[in-house]
Amino acid sequence: MTSTFPATGERSGEAPEFPMTRAAGCPFDPPPQLRAMQEQGPPARVRLWDGTTPWLVTRYAEQRAVLSDPHVSSDVTLPGYPSPAKYTGGAISFILMDDPEHARLRRMVTAPFTIKRIEAMRPAVQAIVDRLIDDLLAGPKPVDLVEAFALPVPSLVICELLGVPYRDHDFFQANSKNLISRTVSAEERGAAHAALTGYLDDLLGKKIAEPGDDLLTRLTQQIDKGELTREQAASMGVLLLLAGHETTANMIALGTLALLEHPDQLALLRDGDDPKLVAGAVEELLRYLNITHNGRRRLALADIEIGGRVIRAGEGIILANDVGNRDPEAFADPDRLDLRRDARHHVAFGFGVHQCLGQPLARMELQVVYSTLYRRIPTLTAAAGIDEIPFKHDGSVYGVYELPVTW
Amino acid sequence: MKVIVDQDKCVASGQCVVAAADVFDQRDEDGVVVLLDPAPSEELADDVRHAAAVCPALAIVVED
Repeated sequence: MTSTFPATGERSGEAPEFPMTRAAGCPFDPPPQLRAMQEQGPPARVRLWDGTTPWLVTRYAEQRAVLSDPHVSSDVTLPGYPSPAKYTGGAISFILMDDPEHARLRRMVTAPFTIKRIEAMRPAVQAIVDRLIDDLLAGPKPVDLVEAFALPVPSLVICELLGVPYRDHDFFQANSKNLISRTVSAEERGAAHAALTGYLDDLLGKKIAEPGDDLLTRLTQQIDKGELTREQAASMGVLLLLAGHETTANMIALGTLALLEHPDQLALLRDGDDPKLVAGAVEELLRYLNITHNGRRRLALADIEIGGRVIRAGEGIILANDVGNRDPEAFADPDRLDLRRDARHHVAFGFGVHQCLGQPLARMELQVVYSTLYRRIPTLTAAAGIDEIPFKHDGSVYGVYELPVTW
Repeated sequence: MKVIVDQDKCVASGQCVVAAADVFDQRDEDGVVVLLDPAPSEELADDVRHAAAVCPALAIVVED
């Protein structure tokens, strides 16, 4: 993927490159070219890293329609699927499968994410956040909020969810960090992946002997019924970690930066005490930041009509949910960060049967973080100018690599 | 107001519970929707319609 700025005034008929680049000085807004395409309206072709030209859908209502269309596939192995990177074969997770196999596998891990069960985890998550803030306040300043807080919160929460014993947290965290680090080599990343898979495989064995009240124990029950192999269960554990670590960490750090840039909004969270306001604020930050910024990827299995265009069977489709979440037809004054608006219908978690499985956990973690961090550190400020903060422009998930803060 | 849910379509996102906990619940074993009240009172109408709108699987139908 190149990182050149798009040429102003493309040659007519030439599909623009996707993904596109954000405007300098507007790190929280989608690329201007996406806005222009949304204003123009109908789906239009874009060009990917491999020269293929899938359709880009930019309007909110059309994105929801495509994502809930049964003639649309998520199968990465099918020709025409608009993959963000070269698909090299090998095992794929249920994220990249269609029903019925997708539904079968997904339903094996939905029980731990019920609203009731996630709510029951709230006190444990609050304790994790409180402890990390205690450590932060006792430590040096300035400090990198990403390293000291944003990354550890979700990895410790996933430890809770999976049932990783406390004594193994350091091992788990160290390897999780490497899995998503940009500074370690591919080899080290592979080693971390292998270490975690091996660790979870071992832990699954322990749960068979001594069941707990956690997700890994639940998976052992499925292994017992012959619905899942031990290898699949360990991979599932690593998948959940991967899916819920960097995403949540990026929301914590990028959300903090956005709030520091909008002090009137920050004040609502810092000085308020209303869980409903906090819940609404989380939805608005999810909408406004939309960290999954490379679009949802799909393939048409039949001809479908969207926004006056016909997308033919076998053609790729990308739903740019970042600009979908800024569609004025769906959200009034969409580029304004307004924690009090009703943003609950955003598509930051996607839409359709693949909508983020971990969303109840993500929401709860963010509610705890945003309602605690600024209250406990009311004088929190960035220790670097916004133009010095390194943003993850080329990351599969948007965020910041570092966020130096002080208080 | 009548509410119908399709448990086969449901993907257990739980958003209906968040929207209208008096009307929707989730099965313990897999988080699939359970309809607590197929004829909710009018005062719950907004919440129920919102639940139907945010359901990612389009598994909730509301009839007036």
